[in-house]
Amino acid sequence: MRAHEPAVTPELAREHGLTDDEYALALKAIGRTPTFPELGVLSVMWSEHCSYKSSRVHLKRLPTKGPRVIHGPGENAGVVDIGDGWAVVFKMESHNHPSFIEPYQGAGTGVGGILRDVFTMGARPVAAMNSLRFGEPTHPRTPSLLRGVVAGIAGYGNAFGVPTVGGEVQFDAAYNGNILVNAFALGTCRSDRLFLGQAKGVGNPILYVGARTGRDGIHGATMASAEFEEGAEAERPTVQVGDPFMEKLLLEGCLEIFAADVLEGIQDMGAAGLTSSTVEMASRAGNGVELWLDRLPRRAKHLSAYEILLSESQERMIMVARLGEEQRVLDICAKWDLDAQVVGRVTDTGRFVVRATDGYDPLSGEPWPAESPVVVDLPVGLLTDEAPMYSRPCVDDPRLTDRYGVDATGLPFDPRADLLELLAAPNVGSRAWIYRQYDHIVRDGTVVRPGAGDAAVVRIFCEDERGRREKFIAMASDCNGRFCELDPRTGAAMAVAEACRNLACVGAAPIGLTDCLNFGNPQRPEIMAQFRDAIDGIADACKALDVPVVSGNVSLYNETTEASGPRAVLPTPTIGAVGLFEKVSDVVGAGFRTAGDHVFVLGPHGNDRLGGSEWLTRRTGKVCGRPPSIDLAAEALLQSFLVRAAREGLLASAHDCAEGGLLVGLAEACILGQSGAALALPAQYAMTPGGLFGEDPSRVVVSVTPYVLGLFAQRVAEAGVPCTFLGRVGGVALTLADVASWTLDELREAHASALDSIVGR
Amino acid sequence: MRAVVIQFPGSNADFDALHTLRDVVGVQTSYVFHKTPTLPAGTDLVVLPGGFSYGDYLRCGAIARFAPVMADVRRHVERGGLLLGICNGFQILTEAGLLPGALSRNAHLRFECRDVFVRVDADGPFTQELRGRVLRLPIAHAEGRYQADEATLQSLEAKSLVAFRYVPATTPDPRAPANPNGSLHDIAGLYGGPRRNVLGLMPHPERMAEPLLGGTDGRLLFHSAVRAALAR
Repeated sequence: MRAHEPAVTPELAREHGLTDDEYALALKAIGRTPTFPELGVLSVMWSEHCSYKSSRVHLKRLPTKGPRVIHGPGENAGVVDIGDGWAVVFKMESHNHPSFIEPYQGAGTGVGGILRDVFTMGARPVAAMNSLRFGEPTHPRTPSLLRGVVAGIAGYGNAFGVPTVGGEVQFDAAYNGNILVNAFALGTCRSDRLFLGQAKGVGNPILYVGARTGRDGIHGATMASAEFEEGAEAERPTVQVGDPFMEKLLLEGCLEIFAADVLEGIQDMGAAGLTSSTVEMASRAGNGVELWLDRLPRRAKHLSAYEILLSESQERMIMVARLGEEQRVLDICAKWDLDAQVVGRVTDTGRFVVRATDGYDPLSGEPWPAESPVVVDLPVGLLTDEAPMYSRPCVDDPRLTDRYGVDATGLPFDPRADLLELLAAPNVGSRAWIYRQYDHIVRDGTVVRPGAGDAAVVRIFCEDERGRREKFIAMASDCNGRFCELDPRTGAAMAVAEACRNLACVGAAPIGLTDCLNFGNPQRPEIMAQFRDAIDGIADACKALDVPVVSGNVSLYNETTEASGPRAVLPTPTIGAVGLFEKVSDVVGAGFRTAGDHVFVLGPHGNDRLGGSEWLTRRTGKVCGRPPSIDLAAEALLQSFLVRAAREGLLASAHDCAEGGLLVGLAEACILGQSGAALALPAQYAMTPGGLFGEDPSRVVVSVTPYVLGLFAQRVAEAGVPCTFLGRVGGVALTLADVASWTLDELREAHASALDSIVGR
Repeated sequence: MRAVVIQFPGSNADFDALHTLRDVVGVQTSYVFHKTPTLPAGTDLVVLPGGFSYGDYLRCGAIARFAPVMADVRRHVERGGLLLGICNGFQILTEAGLLPGALSRNAHLRFECRDVFVRVDADGPFTQELRGRVLRLPIAHAEGRYQADEATLQSLEAKSLVAFRYVPATTPDPRAPANPNGSLHDIAGLYGGPRRNVLGLMPHPERMAEPLLGGTDGRLLFHSAVRAALAR
């Protein structure tokens, strides 16, 4: 034991989040009491955040393979082929706990982390999205959390120069004490120029590049692996602080280093910082690493080995260069004003070895000691593949179906007023206040901007020795946590279906998914049952729609300890979906376009269930009712029809009916197209809350120009997709025969006012 | 005709400018790194692009004016060469003293990205035959509120140097006022330099130059600049 270090005891291990069994396992494997830095390393590497110890057994059931998949889960991000030698690289990741404690920095560094995950693979980020969950709009903390998170995402993404093109936000009381901030990023690169997080080549130098190390974020990974106690704000020192300018320099420097072709591997320092990045790189390559902490660039004085190993300072990269090419890396870093230093080497020992001189501080100006003592010596396998893995008990919540029995007949129902109320609801209406704070057009690629279509559409410039070409991709993120709460398996399947349906609505075929699985405490069997079922639901939908999951992230312990007991968030398996266009003319907007176009609703007529709908939640104040079900085979037919119809130019517009149901979907198509419509619902649509405002999935409002009606009808018949004629586009009002009429102005104003109650005008 | 786009550390709309000039307008265009002491021979147009040069730490654009390349940019202006500062580029121009006044934090204190309408209010190399036209261009900034003392404003107006002014849309949106940032005199862009050869503006013409991106109004400025450069 060295000076200033506490003695490692079972109590200290417990304080580090290790259970007694886990500590015993560590003692047995090492054959001695770990040093203090070793205990720190074990605690972060075995944390839920890094080890996925509760989720791994379930994640194996996700379909991850497909003809386009170049790299699936396990790398820093998923990689999918988009043809002509080019690929997209994407992933979604949570930054929930930090964002609740310090919204601006928490959300900003969430963006920074996911951007690094993408560019560490050699890809330039070209689009970002985010999926946010906040508590009730009336909760006293909601306005400041919303403001802080949005400003944090904007502050980072805008300065970095990635367009934030889409996303979603929902409000529900279940998130009052635990908001969700899920950040998505997508980059592009040549598929033969990918870089992996591997410490390959024994003897190769390990380089540290980027921001200097400070004390920020120490134990962030451990914090993300425990539920919140009251007074969580005291955790603020564990929140990292972001510097998007540094990240921008790091991006440009990395891209230039990649082009120089001198690297064997690279990984960003994310959760659990230097420790996790180097250990994972060693593990993937089947090698060991030795680190020399005395040489590490730092910004704080007197950092201990423990602090350096656990720091989560942002904007840092670890690179393994080919021996002899170090100087090339250092020169490029100098060009971009980046700190860089050789801090270790790849070994063949299979061990994670760290050397540091106690009491030495390079900031003192003293030269490095020639030889420094070993402070950590652990097998890489113990920290990765042999980390504890749990098959935790799952017990279905026996009270869940009690919540299905809700009688909606006595609830007040006024179609005209209810539509305006729903359009103005924070869960339904315009998100302009949010996306206007994001630079969503930088890089000249944004073809469908946020709010303008069911999915964002981005142009990708592919420039190589064969010339310059343009490709077009779509992306969307979705999850309705209320459906997942009421029926986790169906709800998760519906999240996948909706995300892919949003792609299909703009005319793109899905090529891959990323998921961000936000749940409560996995040590509670009913939470674990939700998780298990959600995985199965995602897998069901992936198989039906023939789309793989290529990357993802699990965030557990999203719950708060309240006086009445633990309160978990709604199970929220957020899905980010990416689709590819054959040609730019396939892109379809969501708004009605031309007077006289015919309006149809495509998809099976549902069962008008109100469970989990915005309407019922507003009327009852709780998430209840029997939720909708989904016919995945019908969904697949619908989506392939939409993509085919878009390619044939048959659709003037297409818009998915989601929160708020059919009537809201129709009104949104009017608002977006700045055009009215004269419609009549056929007899099978009951004039009930369920018929008008129920949120059955698999329904899409389309408009069709009269002169292609014949071909449209033929294609509908061939595909076997249910199709119901509703009326025609035109006028300055939405008129629903025998129900009500709304002027375009009142629809627009209601929709535009959705967030006013939270953030003001 | 030859154009260059200066890359400061933190520039991020450098690609937007390069793409529009090179691929859309068809001008020979290249990047010039901020540490380069001299512009390429025969440079007609220099673009200071949007972004967050030097992180916009201290003040937006405050550090970029000290970049090694800026001395030659000044000489380029003195020779009558065209200089266009877009967004952060406009901020750099005011910090460098190449245009008067300052761009401060938006009145509502938020970053704002959306389309705005601006009227061309002055003649010059970037706006030939465009005076009086209303253009739809996107903005994306947090510090675009033009401020100057009264004497400066009077002088700008008297010399007709206000190139662009925010004007209302045909269908006003109460949540998106015509003047998006509280700029004095609704100023969105200014001419300066010995021959009106310097233009700074907050909106991004290089992001509205293709039908695919929602409009082509921005292209008009570049076409005008090409004509001006060829006429020299």
